[in-house]
Amino acid sequence: MDELPIQSGDDVVRVRQHVRNAAASNGLSLVDQTKLVTAASELARNTLIHGGGGVARVEVVKSANGRTGVKLHFADDGPGIADVDLALTDGWTSGTGLGLGLSGSRRLVDEFELKSEPGAGTSVVVVKWSR
Amino acid sequence: MDQVPILKIGQTLFVSIQIDLQDESVMLLQEDLAAELAATAATGVIIDITAVEIVDSFIGRMLATIGSISRLFDAETVIVGMRPAVAITLTELGLSLNGVRTALNAEKGLALLNGRD
Repeated sequence: MDELPIQSGDDVVRVRQHVRNAAASNGLSLVDQTKLVTAASELARNTLIHGGGGVARVEVVKSANGRTGVKLHFADDGPGIADVDLALTDGWTSGTGLGLGLSGSRRLVDEFELKSEPGAGTSVVVVKWSR
Repeated sequence: MDQVPILKIGQTLFVSIQIDLQDESVMLLQEDLAAELAATAATGVIIDITAVEIVDSFIGRMLATIGSISRLFDAETVIVGMRPAVAITLTELGLSLNGVRTALNAEKGLALLNGRD
């Protein structure tokens, strides 16, 4: 498992590159790589902007039926999200964005788990499996 | 942070994005393009994203914004060279690049601009 800091825009680019390499070397198709890297970009930006910085963990995982996947974990100690369901709605935004970051990245991956509490930071775990 | 160069060819500004875009670079490009449009009175902008591996919601929104800004300078923007995987991902993300036109490649993009009345 690799752990990468997210403290700047350059770090977001590095996370994308790292996720791209992990996805490519573990059998994800080009479209699936692109989807996972795009989701990683959205989530890393959230960690940086809304979470005030944090870390990304990249891990290669195996499913029960032998498929390989790439698991990403984004964590911050920021202000957290008061209403997680609302935050996952298309078009809902806390700032000036389009409100597609969270809801859109959920559509791009196979598994998506968001945990957050006001004042206790935010943690997002996603997995994309090879086909 | 890297800067994206802007070339003027005839009445068209040509931008080919060859770097791994970070948010600040895209915002800088937006400002540079607006300044260049004002200075050159170009009537078209071609943004080549052949080398761009992902377009997320921020980059997509910025591309659409560049299209809107260009229009205020009486210039049309065409995005060219989108990779198939990027097109699939953008659509699934829920992003429609409203306000910008797209073309398969730079040649077709230029033809689109030259055909405008």
